[in-house]
Amino acid sequence: MSDQALKSTVLGQAHGDLGARMVGFGGYAMPVHYELGILKEHLWTREHAGVFDVSHMGPAFLDLTVSGGDPEDRHRLVAALIEPLVSGDIAGLKPGQIRYTLLLNDDGGILDDLMIGRPADPGFQGRLYVVVNAGCKEADFALIQDAAGEAGRLTRADDGALLAVQGPEAARVVGAILPGAEKLAFMNYARLPYDRRSVRIARSGYTGEDGFEILAPAASARTLWSALMADKRIRPIGLGARDSLRLEAGLPLYGHDLDASVSPIEAGLAFAVSKKRLKAGAIRGAERLARELADGPGRLRAGLRILEGAPAREGAPVFAKAEKPVGMVTSGGFAPSIGAPIAMAFLSPAAAKLGAKLTVEVRGRRQDAEVTPLPFVPHRYHRG
Amino acid sequence: MRFSKDHEWVTLDGATATIGISAYAADQLGDVVFVELPSVGKTVKAGDNLAVVESVKAASDVYAPVAGEVTAVNAALSDAPETVNDQPEGSGWFVKLKLADPKQVEGLMDRGAYETFLKSL
Repeated sequence: MSDQALKSTVLGQAHGDLGARMVGFGGYAMPVHYELGILKEHLWTREHAGVFDVSHMGPAFLDLTVSGGDPEDRHRLVAALIEPLVSGDIAGLKPGQIRYTLLLNDDGGILDDLMIGRPADPGFQGRLYVVVNAGCKEADFALIQDAAGEAGRLTRADDGALLAVQGPEAARVVGAILPGAEKLAFMNYARLPYDRRSVRIARSGYTGEDGFEILAPAASARTLWSALMADKRIRPIGLGARDSLRLEAGLPLYGHDLDASVSPIEAGLAFAVSKKRLKAGAIRGAERLARELADGPGRLRAGLRILEGAPAREGAPVFAKAEKPVGMVTSGGFAPSIGAPIAMAFLSPAAAKLGAKLTVEVRGRRQDAEVTPLPFVPHRYHRG
Repeated sequence: MRFSKDHEWVTLDGATATIGISAYAADQLGDVVFVELPSVGKTVKAGDNLAVVESVKAASDVYAPVAGEVTAVNAALSDAPETVNDQPEGSGWFVKLKLADPKQVEGLMDRGAYETFLKSL
């Protein structure tokens, strides 16, 4: 894709003013880092708080087209529109709750990973808040609208700003700007008034730290960005550190660690598969998922510490004793909080035992590596 | 100091060239976390792969701007790769080469020409 074809988020100008280095990502010109650089931005987020522009992602609302009815019934109806596409229990969401779930194909392969939320407000039942990945959003939105048919209407909300505020000081910073945000429980979201309009704010993120993901309308985007940036505890953080933070947190990245061939069980995401729906055979690829749960999958996502030498990047083969690889690195790089290279790899179950001594091949050289539990850096979510 | 279009620099002392990457290149790479250096004794032609520099984000090749034999490598970079960012055109040097033909260095850009080249990028 040429530079001319890249879209800008509503905060494009703000990134330019901050001296961001921009790269093409998911069809958008996005900041890869600002003046601090990836390493310091990463460490700042772990110690203080960082704000990330993730407006390239795909927030949307799915609404029932019919009005009226009991709020619980309305939620069950709208959940039934999207549930056939995903791995999780959407009907079972409590008001105000969001859930990480997976869009699956008929073989149980992962088409995308996404968040689905149920509004807290009784007046908004019959609506779901959906956030999908940038690179998948056109396909995902088409799939969801198609599945919903005339009973549901998907409204994109990707013309505004989606900002992630992450780090141990995020709650104090965000609570000062959006009072009440600091009281949200992990994996809950709310609609809060802001700038004569309202924002959707979820206690969630992609760094392993406490934090929030805030959807603001385009007209309030710059105001919110400036309010956050005015707090000295906050630094702007680019996609480079977003990637190293999520890697340390053991969180998979779609298109790298996950793709249409990978099942939730192989990916270590069984927690996102509803046991009740699986038992009922109501999940796409249920047969494969049930078999992999019972017998174990043919490969597993695992963490690797690279014990010497260069970082092992995506595509690096992994070896045990024999000459035939036991797997491949799907994400890898230097971990700023650990001070050493780490990687996620898909490995044969026999090789994926914790503590197993393996090697990774980088530029023709075998380097020692060890299977390590995920996450590499403990999660510090707000558990209330 | 002379520069290549691939952003390596060269200084010459007799027939021995010291080679590193320019301040511009170091800034473009961002935080350097690992440098892979050649073995002493290796001979390279101009344009051959000489080293690999890894930033947080990606691995990048460093090419030999001139031909020669590797006589020394900057071992300090293995413990302190960040020196490449801190002092790219000084103590962040990569290798020393004994040149087959020291005149090759004259074919590279001087600083003025390199800065003009950077503006054209």
